[in-house]
Amino acid sequence: MIAKLTNAQIAWRAAQDIPDGAYVNLGIGFPEMVAKFKPDGREVIYHTENGILDFGEAPPAGEEDWDLINAGKKAVTLNPGAAFFHHADSFAMVRGGHLDVAILGAYEVAETGDLANWSTGPGSVPAVGGAMDLVHGAKRVAVITDHVTKKGEPKLVKACSLPLTGVGCVTTVYTSLAVIDIVDRRFVLREKLPGMSVEELQAVTGAELVVGATVADLIVPEV
Amino acid sequence: MNKISPSVEDAVAGIQDGMVVMIGGFGGAGAPIELIHALIDRYKATGSPGSLTVVNNNAGNGAVGIAALIYAGMVAKMVCSFPRSSDPKAFTEKYLAGEIELELVPQGTLAERIRAGGAGIPAFYTPTSYGTQVAEGKPVAEFDGRHYVLERWLKADVALIKAELADSKGNLTYHKAARNFSPLMATAARTTIVQVRRIVQPGGIDPEHVITPGIFVDRIVEVSDPKQEEALLREETK
Repeated sequence: MIAKLTNAQIAWRAAQDIPDGAYVNLGIGFPEMVAKFKPDGREVIYHTENGILDFGEAPPAGEEDWDLINAGKKAVTLNPGAAFFHHADSFAMVRGGHLDVAILGAYEVAETGDLANWSTGPGSVPAVGGAMDLVHGAKRVAVITDHVTKKGEPKLVKACSLPLTGVGCVTTVYTSLAVIDIVDRRFVLREKLPGMSVEELQAVTGAELVVGATVADLIVPEV
Repeated sequence: MNKISPSVEDAVAGIQDGMVVMIGGFGGAGAPIELIHALIDRYKATGSPGSLTVVNNNAGNGAVGIAALIYAGMVAKMVCSFPRSSDPKAFTEKYLAGEIELELVPQGTLAERIRAGGAGIPAFYTPTSYGTQVAEGKPVAEFDGRHYVLERWLKADVALIKAELADSKGNLTYHKAARNFSPLMATAARTTIVQVRRIVQPGGIDPEHVITPGIFVDRIVEVSDPKQEEALLREETK
C-alpha cells in the first residue's frame, strides 16, 4: 500500500507551482494551507474576496481586529503595500482575469475541467459564496484534493454528478497521489507517487489518464 | 442641507413593511448593528416594519444583527451568497421550516447586481454560474467564443450601512475590510442611512480620501462606540 500525501503535503506541492510575483486567491478551508508553503524568495500577493490585497498571517490570539478578516472570516494582518477595496472592484479582479492563480477544494473534478465544490445536493441550506466567480477569470484554476472520497470512490471523474460550480474551468489538480493537468478536456498525468504504477493510479481515477512519454515522480518532503 | 439624524431611532423611522433593505457587512465586518437593532426595537414596540427583503452577503450569525432581525420574524426573504456562518441557526431553522425565502446569488454577481442597480444598468452578462443550477432559466449569450449569463440589477428602498467618518455632507470613509458591500449599497438604495463613528465638518475628510461621495448618502447618525458583530459574538460565547 502506497503512503498517500497528507493534506499539508498536497498544499506544499501546489505552492511550488505559484510563480514569483503572482496574485493568488486561496479558497476557504484546506486551500488556505497553501500559503504556509510558499517557497522562500518568492513574493506572492494574496487576494481575498471581501476586499483586501496583500494580507498576511493571522495575528496572535487576542490581537485580532474583526474588521480585518479574510473570506473565511478569519482574522488576518496586512503586509506593507496592502490595499482595501469594495466588493465590485474585488470581483473585477476575479472575473477580469487579473488573478494569476486561484486554488480551490473539490468534491469532484471532471476531465472536461468541470468543477463541483459548492453543494452536496438537496437537503441542506445552499451556500455558494464566491466559488462560482473564482473559477472564472484566474489564469490558472487549480484544485487540491484527496484523490478519492472517504469511501474510496474517484473524485476525478468523466462527468460530475454533483451540482457544478463551473464548466471547463479547472486547469490543474493536485491530489494525494498525483499532479494532473487538464488539457483539451483530458486528464494528462504530470507526476505520480514513485511507488505507484500508472495502472494502479488509473484504477482509482474515474476517467482516462493520458500518459505522455515521461511522467515525473511526485516527491514531497515531510511537512 | 441637513443629513444628520439625532438618533438611530430617528434615522430608521421611515422604513416600512415589505421594503427591500440592503444591509452592509461581510460576516461581522461592517454590520451596522445599532441601526439594525433600532429597527428591531421599533418592530417589537409597534409590529412594524415586517415582511422585509434583506440583501446581505450572509444570513446572520448567532443572535445579533441580521440573525436577530430573522429571530424577531421581520424577514420574509434573504438575498445573499452564503447563508452559513459559525452559528447559522436563526436562518437555517426558518429556511428549513419554509418560513423564509432565499434567493441565492454568487458573491461577485451579488456585488455587480448592486453596482448595476446604483449605476442605472438594468442588466449585464457575466461568466459566473454559466452551466450551473444558479443559471437555470436565465438568458445566455455567447461573446467571443465564451458563454455568459444575463443578470438583472438589484435595487433597494433602503440601505443600512456602517462607515468610519462622515462629514455633514455625507462623504464617507470606511474601516479596513468593513467596507465590502457598503459603497455599492449606498448607490443602489433610494434612501441610504449610515451610522458612523464620527461626524466631522465639511473639509474634515480630504477629498482624495472620500470613498463614498455624499450624493449617495441621505442620512447619517453618529454612533461613537459601535458594537462589532464578531467581537460581540465572541464575547457571548466565552
